[in-house]
Order: sequence, then structure tokens, then C-alpha cells
Amino acid sequence: MYCKLVLLLLVTLFHGSAYAESAYSISSGAKLFKKCQNCHQIGEGAKNRVGPQLNNIFGRTAGGLPGVKYSKSMVQAGEEGLVWNNETLNSFIENPKKLIVKTRMSFSGLRKEDDRKNLLLYLSEFSKDATKVKDLENFTKNKNQNVDPTILSIVGDPEYGEYLASECMTCHQSSGLDDGIPGINAWQTEDFVIAMHAYKKKQRPHPVMQMMAGRLTNEEIAALAAYFKDLN
Amino acid sequence: MKINRRIFMGNSVIAASTLAAPTVFADGHAKPRVVVIGGGAGGATAARYIAKDSKGKIDVTLVEPSRMYYTCFFSNLYLGGVKSIDDLGHSYGKIAAGGVNVVHDWAVGVDRDSKTVSLASGSSVPYDKLILSPGIDFIDGAVEGWNLSSQNAMPHAYKGGSQTELLKAQIASMPQGGTYAMVAPPNPYRCPPGPYERVSMVAHYLKSNNPTAKIIVADPKPKFSKQGLFQEGWAKHYDGMIEWISSDFGGGNVSVDPNEMTVSIDGETVKVDVCNVIPAMKAGRIAELAGVTEGNFAPVNASDMSTKANADIYVLGDASQQGDMPKSGFSANSQAKVCANAVRGSLTGSKVFPAKFSNTCWSLVHENDGIKVGATYKATAEKIAKVDGFISATNESAELRKATYEESEGWYAGITADMFG
Repeated sequence: MYCKLVLLLLVTLFHGSAYAESAYSISSGAKLFKKCQNCHQIGEGAKNRVGPQLNNIFGRTAGGLPGVKYSKSMVQAGEEGLVWNNETLNSFIENPKKLIVKTRMSFSGLRKEDDRKNLLLYLSEFSKDATKVKDLENFTKNKNQNVDPTILSIVGDPEYGEYLASECMTCHQSSGLDDGIPGINAWQTEDFVIAMHAYKKKQRPHPVMQMMAGRLTNEEIAALAAYFKDLN
Repeated sequence: MKINRRIFMGNSVIAASTLAAPTVFADGHAKPRVVVIGGGAGGATAARYIAKDSKGKIDVTLVEPSRMYYTCFFSNLYLGGVKSIDDLGHSYGKIAAGGVNVVHDWAVGVDRDSKTVSLASGSSVPYDKLILSPGIDFIDGAVEGWNLSSQNAMPHAYKGGSQTELLKAQIASMPQGGTYAMVAPPNPYRCPPGPYERVSMVAHYLKSNNPTAKIIVADPKPKFSKQGLFQEGWAKHYDGMIEWISSDFGGGNVSVDPNEMTVSIDGETVKVDVCNVIPAMKAGRIAELAGVTEGNFAPVNASDMSTKANADIYVLGDASQQGDMPKSGFSANSQAKVCANAVRGSLTGSKVFPAKFSNTCWSLVHENDGIKVGATYKATAEKIAKVDGFISATNESAELRKATYEESEGWYAGITADMFG
């Protein structure tokens, strides 16, 4: 019944959209949404399931829908100001654990930019506050905000990382315990580098982390990643 | 100056090769010796990091009179009934287990020629490098009518421990509708938002236990840290309870009488029930005895926290005069790591990395209403200079304020683990 609902909506939307003929299409997005619909509903009568229903996802505060079982880190991200929009959703869908390290969403992400554009275009059809998503120029900007492979390939110096990490230890405990500030031990290098660059570019919301990451060079971020990777 | 790591690493290799040459330490002993005086946010951190990172190559002695250390940071939360005194106490057991020789004694003198520290017990401890992190002492005569012998009648509660407990007990025994007065300190002083967080937490306690009580603050300053955020919170949570008298309204013209329990502000004398006098501050006495102070504090070089007066003596935290960083536990902890790295490098030839500093001060205005201010810093030839910063905004959501408070709890757990192991 649910599938029927989606299809019905699709037909309606397809007619109304000026983007149906552009390079990105709602119908492609709808196909991609099948990956999501085990956990998420969208459209008329959509209800929260494993994940939140996605009507009006644009403009919604992360972790902010009542009655949904979110991860603590998703709720915290919302409290710290994360609001779903074109840019943040694009980043989340690309690699959910990049934006919210401990998200409950067990989805590895859509690595292809075109797929994300299509999916967001589809999602935006169910959001009142989604005018921005139709500005496809934003995606180009987004692309530049992703971490350059040459940055990801920098091999960090763990000794320098250990020194730099001492600054992190004022808040993040070396034991990895979380008493209100998460432990950051044993992170995969790439995840660590991506997260720190997301703070540096102010994609991830948190004023202290944006400030701390903001003054680190690419080499320094790589050094930290190299150190924390092996810290248990 | 922007530090380019490649240039920096190049320099450090040269430095390391010079240092790799056999170094002769005082009286020809085998291992270099570091003595740290003061086991707070600066000293405990420095001792622990040097011992941990040198892996036994350096003898580290920490001289600290107290067996239990009660943090001054978060002590306002105890006054407000949010934390217990036990939450604030920490022992030195794990530092000792980490290889630091912990000596519970008072350092009473420094002989710079023989490079020894004398202790109250009569013994002396030799050093190659001496790190002073003694915190603050109060300037005699800073508040007319108050001296250290008045601290029982009129507590400062600006060093953690018994003074904090005394102030709490006095607030708890205030008569209904009584008056708590604070004489706030002039700049520069330990923990810039501290007096105002204290006012908030005292108000929080009184609001539920003594709702008709009044709070008067006599302030020698025209403005204070996070003022807009505090005053917003005071109006929201404690409307009409707090009267802040700035220097523009005579708040700096103050005298107290500990026998009569009166405070005179700009000529007007008020009888009060509790008087919390926080006098002007200077570096802890041992810094003065070591001859490294100039005026009230000890000028230091930003790159490694060594004193301008003596290359083998370093001063951390509140006692230092370093530039732009506020005097705070976070700052002292940050400076300690830069210092530890530099001291270890100069004694063992290990790599010395460029100085990076940071600070964040969280304050609690009301239960779950947390605010914060922070900045990053770098070393320049003149001073520790601010790079970038942020501050909480007024009108933030209750959720964000709660998240900020929870983060401060995480920070407390983090920094105390970083200090004490």
C-alpha cells in the first residue's frame, strides 16, 4: 500500500516539476529512494518507522522529530544547530557517519554526486521549505567542500600527532570515555580527516571544534588522525 | 608569524643535533631533573606529561602541599547545589603511579645559583629545569579593611577546598531575606567569568532556599566577561535579586569591616550576612621568591613558558604574564603541554613542536543553562597572541544551553583526567 502511495505521488509530482526534463530527475530520485524506504516513509500519511518520516525534512532540526528513536549524537548535533538543508543533507547522504559519527542510520551512503542530486530533488518535493535544493549550483559549491583526495592521501606523522593530540585531551579523554564529550580513539584515518575538515569548513556545527580545527593545517589533521587511529 | 612546519622541522633537527651532544647536568648526575611546584591545572599536567612522554629519561618531582586537590573550577557549581564537594576532589595517586615523585610539602625558596628548591620540611631538591605553577595569592591591602586573617569572617573562596566549603556554609546559614555581598576583583584575575558565575550559582541556591535574600556585587570594573549573557540570565532566572554596582557607580570605592560584618560602597555602609571578598591577585609567592616576577606576575616567553628572568625557570597558568590568554585552568593545562614538550626537548633532545594554545570557559547561569567563551592562541616574539574565538549568543534555545552545560561536564571529566591521570 505504501509503494502505491509513493507511486501515486510521483505521478502527480512529475507533472508539476520544472526539473523533470533537466539532467537530474525526480524519477531517478524516486528509484534511489527505494534504498531508504525500509526505514523511511515519505508522502501523504508517512509515519515514523525505524527512521523518521521525511516530509518537510528540509528546514527540520536534526534529531528534532518527536517520537523517533535517534542516536544521542544526532540529537546533540541538532542541539548544536544542525538543520537539514541542501548542503547538510548532501553531506549526510554522501557518507552518514562523516557528519554524525554515531548515527543509527546504517547506510553506507551515496558516493555519486548525481545520485545525491537526484535523491535530494525527490526529497525536496515533499518539503515546503525546499526552494534552495532546486538551485543546483549549490551542488557545485558542495563538491568543493568535500575533502580533496590529495588531502586524504597525506600520511600523518604520529609523533607530531601525539603532541597536537595533547590539546584535544583537555576535553576528549585519552581513555576514550564519554562523560559529555565523546571519545575519539581508534577512529579510521579517513573518517577522522573528513570529520576534521568538515569542522574546519564549518559544515559540522560546533563552535569549539570549528575553532580548534580551523587553525590546523592539512598535515596537522593527518598527523592527528595517524595518532588517534592507534589509540585505544 | 605563520609557522611553516617544514621550516620548523628543519630548525628542530638542528636544535636536536645540538642537544644530542652530551649535556652535563648539575653535579654530574645521570638523569636530568625537573621539579614542578604546584599540583593544579598547570603543574599536575606538566609533571604528568613530562614523566609520561620522556619514558623514564627524566626524573620528575612534583611539590604540592595538599594531598587532595580541590579544583577551583566547578566550585561555583558546588555553591549552587549542582555538584558535591566530593565531585571536586582529586588525589595524586595516579600521577605517582605514572612515575612522578610526588612530595607533599611547601616550597619555601629557590636558589638559582645552586639550582635547588628548599622545602618547609628543611630538605632541598635539585633541578635542571624548574616549573612553577603556584596559582595566585592576594595583594595585601587591596580591599580596605580585609587581610588574610579576615578570610574566615569574609571568605574569598577563590582557591578551591576549605574556603569553598566555608562560603557554602555561610550562605546556607543566612537568615531569610538576608544579604550576600561580593567584592569583585580588578583585572587581571583568575577565571574572568568566575565571580559572575558565582553570583548566578549563589542566586540559584537562594532562589530555592531563601527566595527573599538579596545579592549585592561591588565591582571595581565597568564591565565583565560574558556580561550580556550573565545579565540576560539574571533577568530571566533571578529577577530583582541581584544588584551589580559597577565602577561607574562607585563599585570600586569599597571598604569592609569583618568584625561588624559591614561593607561600605561609595560611602554608604550596609550590614550584610555573608561577605565574599575576592581581592586583587598576584602570582603565588614562590614565583616572587624565585625572583621571576615583575610587578604582580611573572613575564614569560610565549614559545615555551620560560621566564624572561631565568631560562631554566618556567611559570605556568595564573602566575604567568603571557599576553592574551585569560587566567584559567584550561589555559594553564594548555600552557603546560607546550612547556612539557619544550622542557623535554631541551633535556633529552626530543623533537620540539610549535606552541599552540587554546582556552574555553564554560559558565553555568542556572540549572542546564550553560554558556561558553573560547579562543585559540599562538606564540609570537612578544606574547601569546589570540588567533580566533567565539562566544555563546544571547537568546539561545534551552536545548543548546543544556547541551553546553553537558559539554562542560564532559570537559571537567576530561581536564581532570588529563591532570591527574
